[in-house]
Amino acid sequence: MRKRLYRVLVALIGALMVLLVGAPVAAQATETPPPDATAIQVTLQDEASKDAEGNPKPIPGVTLQVSKDGKKAGEGVTDEKGVATIVVEELGKYTVTLDEKTLPKGTVLDENTKNEATVQVRFQGPNNRAIFPIGVAAGEQSSFAKDLAQNLRAGIVFALVLCLAGLGFSLIFGTTGLSNFAHGELLTFGAVMAWTFDQIFKTGGLATVSVILAGIVAVALGGLGGYVQDKVLWGPLRRRGTGLIAMMIVSIGLSIFLRYIFQYFYTSSTRSLSQYSGQQREQHWYYLGLSFADREGIIVLISLVTITTVCLWLAKSRMGKAMRAVSDNPALAASSGLRVDGVITNAWVIGGALTALAGVLYALTLQVNAFMGMRILLVIFAAVTLGGLGTIWGSLVGSLVIGLVYELGPLFGVPTSIKEVGPLLIMIVILLVRPQGILGRKERLG
Amino acid sequence: MDADMTDQSNSEIKTGPAGLAGVSTEPGAKKPDPILVADNITRTFGGLTAVDVEHVEIQRGAITALIGPNGAGKTTFFNLLTGFDQPNTGSWSLEGKSLKGVAPYKVARLGMVRTFQLTKVLAKLTVIENMRLGATGQKGERFWAAPFKFLWGAQEQSVTEKADDLLARFLLDKKREDFAGSLSGGQRKLLEMARALMVDPELVMLDEPMAGVNPALKQSLLGHVKSLRDEGRTVLFVEHDMDMVRDISDWVIVMAQGKIVAEGTPAAVMADQRVIDAYLGAHHDTDLSELDEERLEAEVEAEIAQEEDSK
Amino acid sequence: MDILEILRAALQQALGPQAIVFALAAIGLNVHFGYTGLLNFGQAGFVAVGAYGMAVTVVTFDAPFWLGILMAIVAPLLLAVVLGVPTLRLRADYLAIVTIASAEVLRFVFGAVETKDTFGGSNGLNGYAGPFQRANPYSSGIDLGVVSFGRNDLWSLTVGWILVAVCCVLVWALMRSPWGRVLRSIREDEDAVRSLGKNVFAYKMQALALGGVIGGLGGMFLALKQASVVPSDYSTLMTFYAFAALLLGGAGRVMGPVIGSVLFWFLIAGLGSFFSQSAGEGGWIPEVIMSDTQASLIRYIVLGLAIMLLMIFRPQGIIGDRREIAIDGR
Repeated sequence: MRKRLYRVLVALIGALMVLLVGAPVAAQATETPPPDATAIQVTLQDEASKDAEGNPKPIPGVTLQVSKDGKKAGEGVTDEKGVATIVVEELGKYTVTLDEKTLPKGTVLDENTKNEATVQVRFQGPNNRAIFPIGVAAGEQSSFAKDLAQNLRAGIVFALVLCLAGLGFSLIFGTTGLSNFAHGELLTFGAVMAWTFDQIFKTGGLATVSVILAGIVAVALGGLGGYVQDKVLWGPLRRRGTGLIAMMIVSIGLSIFLRYIFQYFYTSSTRSLSQYSGQQREQHWYYLGLSFADREGIIVLISLVTITTVCLWLAKSRMGKAMRAVSDNPALAASSGLRVDGVITNAWVIGGALTALAGVLYALTLQVNAFMGMRILLVIFAAVTLGGLGTIWGSLVGSLVIGLVYELGPLFGVPTSIKEVGPLLIMIVILLVRPQGILGRKERLG
Repeated sequence: MDADMTDQSNSEIKTGPAGLAGVSTEPGAKKPDPILVADNITRTFGGLTAVDVEHVEIQRGAITALIGPNGAGKTTFFNLLTGFDQPNTGSWSLEGKSLKGVAPYKVARLGMVRTFQLTKVLAKLTVIENMRLGATGQKGERFWAAPFKFLWGAQEQSVTEKADDLLARFLLDKKREDFAGSLSGGQRKLLEMARALMVDPELVMLDEPMAGVNPALKQSLLGHVKSLRDEGRTVLFVEHDMDMVRDISDWVIVMAQGKIVAEGTPAAVMADQRVIDAYLGAHHDTDLSELDEERLEAEVEAEIAQEEDSK
Repeated sequence: MDILEILRAALQQALGPQAIVFALAAIGLNVHFGYTGLLNFGQAGFVAVGAYGMAVTVVTFDAPFWLGILMAIVAPLLLAVVLGVPTLRLRADYLAIVTIASAEVLRFVFGAVETKDTFGGSNGLNGYAGPFQRANPYSSGIDLGVVSFGRNDLWSLTVGWILVAVCCVLVWALMRSPWGRVLRSIREDEDAVRSLGKNVFAYKMQALALGGVIGGLGGMFLALKQASVVPSDYSTLMTFYAFAALLLGGAGRVMGPVIGSVLFWFLIAGLGSFFSQSAGEGGWIPEVIMSDTQASLIRYIVLGLAIMLLMIFRPQGIIGDRREIAIDGR
């Protein structure tokens, strides 16, 4: 009974994921009663033609062949719900081939979609899916209002992730002046650590809180990573009097180095964190007309609490004040007896931890990938420069704007595949027109 | 154009130090032959008014000192006059040509060349290359002519000769092939001044030429500044070293809190109560000539050291 | 383990088209960064514009081949002006961010589905290199014992290395002149140069344009050599490769980028070959530690490490002069 409930839950969460993240995924498992055998499931739906309730039309009678290492491993035909379940014998990597000749007349696969999909069968049971988008491109233009709500939601979540990463960046930039090109990798680090520990915990007795524990460990490791970086690399460079530009180039080297180390150990494939098994079910919270799922609600909550705490800490605590003093004028801070080096180390630790947290949360909304940090590095840059480099409030406001632009851009004509363009253009314009950002102060000359 | 010549032109316009005799000692006093005139210059940083100069004239062919306590806005005023910073309001002109909104490099080409408080020698170029850079109107500095040495080789030769002359005058000829970065602080000051002279300026603006210069070099530097006047050039300099101000300046302008508070001959200014107030605040009873110079110098040096550290 | 095979792979790349493309890109960067101190992180953008300038002219607008070549020079020039007018006033790190962002925007636009009619989308453009291939005077390839190049490669290499040589001579002639002296002075202290009556902005613009056009020639060469332009070639990694090559050889030296690029590809290809032989079936490294895919990543890991270590321990590169190299901006 429990097992069955779990399966339904997983299927439900999967379906919600699609709705929530707004990713144009067409084929999706529904509530087909699953046999216990391990299987690959394919659901074929035509997103372009929907019925009265807005559900896409299923496509029955399509033949699918499954092969492993070039050998045939199974075959299936979609039923009247468009679902085909093809039993396979063992876990592993399979190729699912869709026989395009068996598609009904007038139905074609989307452009850029191959009739082959590779499936990593990782779970026992039928929850291994192959996806063949059909009519998604056409279906996308369906409802602007619905898309707006969806993208707005995704935008807010992404903005908060950016906020955390940007805060980390600003702390480090403020105290050291370093434009750290390896910042994206700090975010990736958080994500891959969360994934690793999730894998470890979920097999043990801690399965119910696996993701939460893994997240905490990842954040701690992020802080530790910041500390180690400062002690081993940046601190010695500072003491040698290495210039900022030289350090920036060093950070590029570090970025490439770390990125491929991650890829070395985690390959270039994409993984997801295990589900929140602790939740009874994924509910929606309605707020200002937006529905947030538990998962997103938790992301929003965690980030808001963290951001508030960090801001209060910067404003009130001794170390926070010292940090702001160093950001403001390192020479003056040093001459008034502050231990600048200690403050910078602190900034690295907290910056590293915040960025790792951003990585964990980002991994929850999306998936874990060795390149995830690099992809949004320039978006983080855009967020912090928009608000004003090195200013805390600036990076918060900047992140919010950029996060929304990033997710809403596609609704206003920015092609989805290149939605980074919006933030980048904003950043370029800001740097040209008002390099100190919308909230920054103009630098004093002479 | 030396002191004799200026005397001969007495009948018309009084140029040079001689023309300063009898000029009023009120701030913003009119000079008989001003080369530089500035009006209503203000510059604020945030809420702080760094410079607020109503009117000032600089006499041609004379050495004028700009003095004042730390933070009086002297260097900012320099930056504004030379185009390195933009004032909030005001207008100023060199030889009658308005310099408002004119880019720094154009200001230099018009004949007003400055040096910097923290010397800006090009450390990774040799001394002679530093000097050559100063020469104006070089054909070889144009992109299309640059690849062809026959177009600029001859000019380079004459530029080098001129540079060598100046280096000899400034006792830097032995350092000719050294990287400028290997020079001492005082030698850098000398090099920067010599390089400025490569531009053939009408008006030389020196920002603290004595700061960080050892006493042995000071005398020769003083001599060089005087010789600039003897060549008919105008010199405006910012200085904290009161010996230098007293020794070589023909006229002194005192700034405090962004405003010009007094003007006059060195002797007159140093006895001026307003100046003493400006410098010492509460210590009204102390004569400026007895001013604790050492303390002031130490302060300036500390400031420079700090600024250099923060670089 | 086949040492000769490793050597062959390394030499093939070190003398081959890749080394030429990155030598040109790095010569351009050398003018920007090595001589003028402009931190251009968007060199890939200039290279891309050079390649696309030609391909788009010939393929999309059906113009003659020579016009395509001309556009490969004009397009980077235009990009330099468009990018330079607003950005050259910026601080070094801001300039770096603006240029890297611009290059990325360009790449996104070139690869977007929406601009497919003009730029060919993610598959890029091809079918413009006919005249170049037909001009090939060689009747057969060449075999130098260790390495051999086919007929087409030989032709590409001849043209490519001539381009590199011409650019080197040009840079040499420019940098010994008073013009070059002004650039080197700007690298150190703009304000000092300004105070001496030089129009710093104009010089920076000229440097940006010159370096950009040389980078664009690299793009043109790449496009001619592989007979297609694909947006994914022009990612930020290209810029960083070029930077690595420049730093390796020595910034601020005429031959620095060329030596750097050759050596860079020698090492990258050599390492790649070494590890691909060592890992996987028949290699001495167990599969658990390194698989074939992982072996192909080692070169990138080494690249990252090399950039860091070079910058820290030998910023002047192989032939640079430490006293002269100016990487200590604000």
